[in-house]
Amino acid sequence: MDSPDRHHSGQSGSPNAIVLKAERLVKVFGQKGKTPVTALHEISLEVAGGGVTGLVGPDGAGKTTLLRLAAGLLLPSSGSISVLGLDATRQAIAIQSRVGYMPQQFGLYQELSVRENLDLYADLQGVPALQRPERYEKLLHMTGLAEFTGRRAGQLSGGMKQKLGLACSLIKAPQMLLLDEPTVGVDPVSRRELWDIVNQLVRDEGIGVLMSTSYLDEADRCDRVVVLHEGRILAQGEPKFFRETLRGRVFTFAPAPGRGARFLQGKLSGTAGVVDATIRSGRVRCVFDAVPSSPDGLVSCEDCLDIKAVEPNFEDAFMAMLPHQELPVTPRALHAEEGAEQEITVQARGLKKVFGDFEAVKGISFEVARGKIFGLLGPNGAGKTTTFRMLCGLTGVSDGEVLVAGKDLRRSRARARQRLGYMAQIFSLYRQLSVLANLEFFGRAYGLHGRKLAERIDWALDEFDLRTRQDVQAGDLPGGYRQRLAMAVALLHEPAILFLDEPTSGADPLARREFWLRINGFSQQGVTVVVTTHFMEEAEYCDTLLIMSRGAELAQGTPEEIRNLVRSHANPEPTVEDAFIALAEGEIPGQLIPNGGRP
Amino acid sequence: MTFLRRVLALVMKEFMVILRDPRSRFVVIVPPLLQFFVFGYAATFDVTRVRCAILDQARTPESRELIARFDGSESFRVVRYLQGAQEIDAVLDAQQARLVLFIADDFSEKLLQGQPADVQLIVDGRNSNVASVALGYAGEIVDRFNRSWLASKTVSAGGVRLDVEERAWFNANLLSRWYVVAPLGGTISMVVVMLLTSLSVAREREFGTFDQLLVAPFTPGEILLAKSLPGIVFGIVDSLLLVAGGVWWFGLPFRGSLLALVTVLTLFMASIVGIGLLVSSLSMTMQQALLGAFVFVMPSVILSGFTTPVENMPHWLQIGTLANPLRYVVTALRQIFLQGSGVADVWPQLWPMILIAVLTLPPSAWLFRHRVG
Amino acid sequence: MTTAEATRMRLRGFVRKEFLQILRDPSSILLAIVMPVVLLFLFGYGVTLNPTRVPIAVVAADHSDFADDLVARFALSPYFDPVVVSSPQRAQRLLDDGEVDGFVQIRENFSSDLLRQGYSPVQIIVNGVDANRARLIQGYARGAIQRWSAVRQSRGEQPATGGVRLQAHIRFNEANESRNFLVPGLIALIMTLIGTLLTALVIAREWERGTMEAILVTPLRLHELLLGKIFPYYVLGMLGMLFAVAGGRWIFHVPLRGSLVLLVLLSSLFLLASLGLGLVISAATRVQFIAAQISIVAGFLPAFFLSGLLFDLESTPWVIQVVSHVIPARYFVEISHTLFLAGNIGSVLWPASLALALMALVFLGVARRKLSKRLE
Repeated sequence: MDSPDRHHSGQSGSPNAIVLKAERLVKVFGQKGKTPVTALHEISLEVAGGGVTGLVGPDGAGKTTLLRLAAGLLLPSSGSISVLGLDATRQAIAIQSRVGYMPQQFGLYQELSVRENLDLYADLQGVPALQRPERYEKLLHMTGLAEFTGRRAGQLSGGMKQKLGLACSLIKAPQMLLLDEPTVGVDPVSRRELWDIVNQLVRDEGIGVLMSTSYLDEADRCDRVVVLHEGRILAQGEPKFFRETLRGRVFTFAPAPGRGARFLQGKLSGTAGVVDATIRSGRVRCVFDAVPSSPDGLVSCEDCLDIKAVEPNFEDAFMAMLPHQELPVTPRALHAEEGAEQEITVQARGLKKVFGDFEAVKGISFEVARGKIFGLLGPNGAGKTTTFRMLCGLTGVSDGEVLVAGKDLRRSRARARQRLGYMAQIFSLYRQLSVLANLEFFGRAYGLHGRKLAERIDWALDEFDLRTRQDVQAGDLPGGYRQRLAMAVALLHEPAILFLDEPTSGADPLARREFWLRINGFSQQGVTVVVTTHFMEEAEYCDTLLIMSRGAELAQGTPEEIRNLVRSHANPEPTVEDAFIALAEGEIPGQLIPNGGRP
Repeated sequence: MTFLRRVLALVMKEFMVILRDPRSRFVVIVPPLLQFFVFGYAATFDVTRVRCAILDQARTPESRELIARFDGSESFRVVRYLQGAQEIDAVLDAQQARLVLFIADDFSEKLLQGQPADVQLIVDGRNSNVASVALGYAGEIVDRFNRSWLASKTVSAGGVRLDVEERAWFNANLLSRWYVVAPLGGTISMVVVMLLTSLSVAREREFGTFDQLLVAPFTPGEILLAKSLPGIVFGIVDSLLLVAGGVWWFGLPFRGSLLALVTVLTLFMASIVGIGLLVSSLSMTMQQALLGAFVFVMPSVILSGFTTPVENMPHWLQIGTLANPLRYVVTALRQIFLQGSGVADVWPQLWPMILIAVLTLPPSAWLFRHRVG
Repeated sequence: MTTAEATRMRLRGFVRKEFLQILRDPSSILLAIVMPVVLLFLFGYGVTLNPTRVPIAVVAADHSDFADDLVARFALSPYFDPVVVSSPQRAQRLLDDGEVDGFVQIRENFSSDLLRQGYSPVQIIVNGVDANRARLIQGYARGAIQRWSAVRQSRGEQPATGGVRLQAHIRFNEANESRNFLVPGLIALIMTLIGTLLTALVIAREWERGTMEAILVTPLRLHELLLGKIFPYYVLGMLGMLFAVAGGRWIFHVPLRGSLVLLVLLSSLFLLASLGLGLVISAATRVQFIAAQISIVAGFLPAFFLSGLLFDLESTPWVIQVVSHVIPARYFVEISHTLFLAGNIGSVLWPASLALALMALVFLGVARRKLSKRLE
């Protein structure tokens, strides 16, 4: 019993030893009756200890497959992979008792308490009873879960679940950590805390970490980055190296007063030589395919106030590296109803929702004018979705009032819903039906028929590039196309108001950019958009924002106004994320900006 | 017009979803077929060719005559002749025979003297039903033996006897297969419809499509209509096919009116769809719905009179079965098939089903919008 | 830490987790606790094969002592609840309306026939729709009529007529209560429910929620995983069995004539076979919904209909009899009936136990082969 554990941490050799090595690794998934899919094409890779290696790539790049191969959960089709010098095929058990692995769906038992989950993994990993109090104390302190040991895992917030998942995978002081998208769907505050935990581990225990992520800003925090794309390694190296290659190719453009950043972004993203155009901190950030001779000449000065060359980041490099796709131009006409620009289409007053004795939404008020994009921001469990569902009439209101196009959707007749489009958080179309059958059904559901229906379906197939896949069952569509179809369905009947619940959750950076360009176009044509998101940078695309936390409003206003809350000498150009973290941590008093967002 | 178009689109969608989903297709096709044959053949209380052992210590022409009557009947088959009383226990214990006929050595003597000649019948009671039925058969054989025995003698003065004539109406040969097969269509299609409808809302909730429906300009009534129709249609088609199968495959007689049959099935399916949608509206996942359906189906089959008569149950439980729609359809189908009943005759079975449908359908429509996850 | 200690620690943690999960999950409680109780009561009260107080009509046109005596025999029988009517038409109408299940017709010249010829026909007409019930009613009616002769003879009102007199002894179940037959078989259903359905569901749920992936990357060995899954459901299944025994004994007065130890041992074999089937199903599908369907079709329905639990297998067509040999419940029902009602009878228990042991081995072996510590 007391024989010292041979594999205790700190004895794994020098911190920079190779902890993971893949050689010409191939993984093919074959299913009966289907063409085999090659998830990894001859990957060769080395991961060093004592640092964080980020595995970056869009959906379906093979990130999860690589991590599972390393953990011995999958067998390579050919080639080899070894972890801590142990072969993952033959010595899986040995690897599994030395490595911490955190799957994407955190492997927590919802019915078990925090403490019971820790006990389970401690037992499974064979942590001696004597070492447990100290280890638990350390992990609980590190993750901030000490107060919640008696709470069921199912009742923790998303961020807390992730931290508990991490704690469980760290229970035996592993010599290496494999993390599969540990920060997905987690609010910025929790995300930063997770990173702090990982960094502390690397510093104190000198372990190697391989983590996959779809947040490109996280890549900058890694010691090394491996970019995967369609099962191949596109590039690998230190983030600095990626940034260096882009030097001189990244500029920000300030929109001229009265022009708006979205307008400028739309314009720039269609320009030749521009690989990427996004809105950051109120300015349009452009990445060029080569060092431009004169970026000034690209836009007329009536659109653009000034141009600044900026320090490139990993995201810029990533976008420049991916095989470039033609981003769609402004969508073709959508015949939204005409109306006064200032007309209020969505209105909430003192909105409350109580489940039992839990107050999920504590009195939220806002207004959205016609043709505006309104964003609901907040971490998981902040009450965004509940608020959103109350707006669409999917959940009853405990107190307060919601008016959409002047009507309460829950009480008014079904016809009132005729004018809205809705896109749910998870893909929620009929998976068994073909793309075309889905479009036809939803078209008819909204009263379209005959030639009008055919016309609109034609429009949708062209607009969302679905024509070649019109007979594919919706459930078999790849992620990006599912999202397009969902949007096509939401827009088929030319709604005046569009409700989008986390439309970009789980989408890769390319798809997210494409999505926002479309939304932009529709809003310009007078469609009112209400959208929830936990991607803070997406807040920049909104006209007004409402930041929520624990059911209450933290701040409301334009992105500019929100950013200004934290503008200081130390941080002259803050992002919405900075503001969010400051607000959530109570560093600045949560406040309602006078008339913020009100027309 | 727009109302019709919308509802039609919804109904079409429901049918397409059921027919395109391999799991739903499986539910509609495989279990019903399996159950049809298993129930049709295995679900029977008929007892045939009971294995019996004989211990004949008399060894006289009379005893042999009695044994021949046992062996020659459809009901028994002699598998062993025992040599002594000590073998009886072993034979019964080991289930080599299910009853032993023991004829003592004074059998013929007593018989010829006109005294009652006792024969012992030792029956294995492990299956109580087989024991009861076998006893009945044996009594019948002994009765017939006595009748012909006494007829051959002159009647002693003052001695009287009763000749029992037995007749069974509606099912002269007492085949229990008809009894089981007649309500089979209703029972099996209940399982199918219960699964289909209980999954229909739960599936949409699980995949999030239900929100899409609620956000679209459908009224709960329209959704209810579209959700009930496929269940009712599949239920009626399924049960009519099974009924036809019963008539064609198992030779079930059809003596009643077709109108009564269709009316009974339609109302029954409406009540089942009501319960199924209620279960579905209450469930958040398909797994919950499936368990809910299972928990409903099992007691309702057991307490319907389908396998064992409701009349045998304790009084309080008989009252409980009044809430079971299957009870009514089982009774009604037997009346229609075996007794030749028409709509008026089955009316006592119809209105409770209407009542159940009326009590379950509106609440499930209400729950569409009010069930909170 | 030694290997044995590490194994014990892993198993302990895994099993404890499994119990906590069952206790906190409503659908597990439903299957493991609520359903056995419901089944026990359904089988104890709902399924009864013994008709009692059957409503019948007695057509007594004759009011002689002979006839009154005969009517009295029906009234005194615990099996009948007779109404006396005066015309056959009235009795027929009662039968058609379902008010009575049959009628006994005593002819108008009953007593004169008896006095003149020495015999008179008595008709028993039953509603044959429910053939089984009809047959039992016929048997009871014949018994009541025989009783008439016997009583008259014993009172010395008539000399013995001679002939064969049948004396029946029902072994193992003297009162021939159908409960005594049904409750022991119920254990097969409870164990199938817990061993097959619940086990398959719980494992599929681990796949659906992603907890299986987290478990697989721990040093838990495959055989430990299997053992950790088998043990809790084995305990639950055994508790279900003991519950049925206790309920049967104290609520429904079902005797247990064999040894309880033997019952525990042999039901363990059946439970292991059921668990094995559950594990095989969960190795084949990782979706709870499909797992539930397969368990019901492959486990529950055969245990109910092809096991001899309710319907006697010997009277079914040979195909069904052949098929029933691959159904573990069939052997267990045989064991259970014998142990409860007859006792420790080796000639029945041995072959059935061997068959069960073989099936348990096959299913567990297949499960061991099919399950792997990899995701594929």
